[in-house]
Amino acid sequence: MGELGQGSRLMAETFTTWRRFTPAQSALRFAGRLALVVAVAWSAAGMGIRWEFIADSPAQVADLFRRMFPPDWGFTGELVSPLVQTINIATLGTVAAVLLSVPVAFLAARNTTFNRGTYALGRVMMSVSRSVDSLIWALIFTIVVGPGSLAGALALAVRSIGFVSKLFAEGIEEIDRGQVEAVTATGAGRLAVLVFGIVPQIRPVFAGVCIYRWDINIRESTVLGIVGAGGIGFVLNNAILGLEWSRVGLILVVILGVVAVSEALSATVRKRVT
Amino acid sequence: MRAGAWRPPSPFPAPWVGTVLWLALAAFLAWNVWSLQVDPARVARGLSRIGIVFGRAFPPEFGQWSLLVEGVVESLQMATLSTALGVVLGIPIAVMAARNIVPSPVYVTGRGIITLARTFHEIIVAIIFVKAVGFGPFAGMLTLTVNSLGFFSKLLAEQVENIDRGQVEAVRATGAGRGGVLLFAVVPQVLPRIIGLTVYQWDIHLRQSTIIGIVGAGGIGTTLYNSFARYDFDFSLAILLVIVAIVLLGEAVSAVARKHID
Amino acid sequence: MLEVADLHKTYPAGDQALRGVSLTVRGDEVVFVIGPSGAGKSTLIRCINRLVEPDGGSVRLDGLEITGLTGPELRKARRQMGMIFQEFNLVERLTVMENVLSGRLGYVGLWQAWRRRFPPEDIAMAFQTLARVGLAGFESKRADALSGGQRQRVGIARALVQRPKILLVDEPTSSLDPRISEAVMGLITRLAAEEGIPALINIHDVGLAQTFAKRILGLRQGRLVFEGTPGDLTGEALDLIYGGVPAPGTGEEGPVPAG
Repeated sequence: MGELGQGSRLMAETFTTWRRFTPAQSALRFAGRLALVVAVAWSAAGMGIRWEFIADSPAQVADLFRRMFPPDWGFTGELVSPLVQTINIATLGTVAAVLLSVPVAFLAARNTTFNRGTYALGRVMMSVSRSVDSLIWALIFTIVVGPGSLAGALALAVRSIGFVSKLFAEGIEEIDRGQVEAVTATGAGRLAVLVFGIVPQIRPVFAGVCIYRWDINIRESTVLGIVGAGGIGFVLNNAILGLEWSRVGLILVVILGVVAVSEALSATVRKRVT
Repeated sequence: MRAGAWRPPSPFPAPWVGTVLWLALAAFLAWNVWSLQVDPARVARGLSRIGIVFGRAFPPEFGQWSLLVEGVVESLQMATLSTALGVVLGIPIAVMAARNIVPSPVYVTGRGIITLARTFHEIIVAIIFVKAVGFGPFAGMLTLTVNSLGFFSKLLAEQVENIDRGQVEAVRATGAGRGGVLLFAVVPQVLPRIIGLTVYQWDIHLRQSTIIGIVGAGGIGTTLYNSFARYDFDFSLAILLVIVAIVLLGEAVSAVARKHID
Repeated sequence: MLEVADLHKTYPAGDQALRGVSLTVRGDEVVFVIGPSGAGKSTLIRCINRLVEPDGGSVRLDGLEITGLTGPELRKARRQMGMIFQEFNLVERLTVMENVLSGRLGYVGLWQAWRRRFPPEDIAMAFQTLARVGLAGFESKRADALSGGQRQRVGIARALVQRPKILLVDEPTSSLDPRISEAVMGLITRLAAEEGIPALINIHDVGLAQTFAKRILGLRQGRLVFEGTPGDLTGEALDLIYGGVPAPGTGEEGPVPAG
């Protein structure tokens, strides 16, 4: 054992081993890891991998990209209208969602809801909206209101309510009670308290969340057309079904461009706001 | 300004900029509404159709139980495997995308991969993978893995960029090599975040796995889409209820797990 | 023995932190460095083990030139210098034992480090060192559950298990309250004496320096402006170092002007 230098007056017994976890903890950790491995193995077993397909895949992918690029630039003119539709769907869906999310958020925030019933109601609405993907909502709405942009906008709106109201509710729950109290103490009515005490605190959150969801919705709205809910997805689906790969290439490039622009816009605004 | 007058401060460089921006926004929104060209007659027809659709949807039909379970199991498997793969691939990519650890060209590559993974909607990525490896959950699993690189790695990279440099400095000062510094100073700081993000990512994958079946990439999405196509709305409703239940369950599990990681 | 000759460092922003500093620390001396904030004390200490790269000059530890070393050689040299930090810099989420053992990372392989299978001698030494700093029984506590004084003692233990040839100490008590500061400073000087190794200690509080130092160096704006014993630290000397402003820890209060 190493020397510790002269003058060490220790009488304590020394150990030569040390374990971070007790045997019970170690066993638990091991069991946990084992369970994970089993879960992953079980998942892999269900993949139905066909090895001939995988062997073929590099060739397939190379073939695909060769057909997609160079893109069919001439087709761009026909993309303008669907693209406009896509932006419309995303924007209107976001606006509708934001308007509807405000009451839902107040219901789902512990400090502004009326009672446990309304709190539960708010939370359930949030959860249902968030569990169902916008594409499924789009499927549902194309059946209810018929195919087209209206279905798409409604789908995005309903889906976005869950997202937006959750973030709003979190923002509302995090407000400083002191500020609200101060405004209430001046004798202001409920509405005034809302406007001067609560709203100023949520405003940065509000703006940031809106543009964030708008950006996400732009991305979502590019594919809604695949189930007939309007936008550029419809053109994309047709091009794929018709095996017109150079058009597909063009559409992908255009989508990339649009998403890049909306992301840049979103990032700028969010930086300015917080 | 006149005595007694006061304007609240404006977040914009000049007050008129704010007005212009608001007007532009209003115009943009108005244009959107106009472009939609909502046909009131169609909307009215639509409203009456709601009744028909709801009539056919209730009560939900759970008779085709085995088909339902098969789809759910496939979705679960896709979500789990893609999360595992996504984490294994995602950690090195996140390290590559952390400005404080790697040299510039590596950083740019890392960020590039993440951006590429984020750009395309999972449906589009699914279409490509279906073409590459054929229909079925394998294509779906690959799709979700790629998609997670855009989310998991991005957030993990941010965490890595925000670690406490002092702790790293201290371990370096003892003479530890790169590996030692990583193991003792970096990993303990990011491990909780890794676990939290993994669980969160699994949650997201679960939801995504319900739709990519629509383009043939496996999971309960295929079952759902088919039921719509056949106007079996009562079966559709059953499937939807199951989807909502599963996703909510997944969220509950994820919330509990994340709380445990302190 | 540590020999520093003509050390220069200018930061990219143009800040000339060190303008030709030379000093020697012999055998088992405990040398204190005092000076106002921004004098370059932190830079000086970090240039010695090259956490900060000096622009010029030389640093020799027992004859070995540190400034030219790279890679594994540099790491070997760092093993021989135990550093103690102002902000303690413990790995918060790890236990006290793991933090102390991280002092041995320069000596063990990656695999051992990952599996936490350090050699038995290292673990025994870790236990004994913990006892020496007064933290016996703390080994399984998480670092973030400790008080400031306790954390600094873990930091001291970490430096000691390196079996260093010199202790580099950067303002160890600035984040601690006065009573604990004295105890920690006493601990550091006593342990350095027990190990028979020298120590170079940056300190903000002149009073502490006067209590514990045999030799004091005064740094101001990157230059060494004072060298002597605590007895030599007259009011005039303090003015030289602190620029006519009351020195911290001497009992006089007053604002410190910029620059």
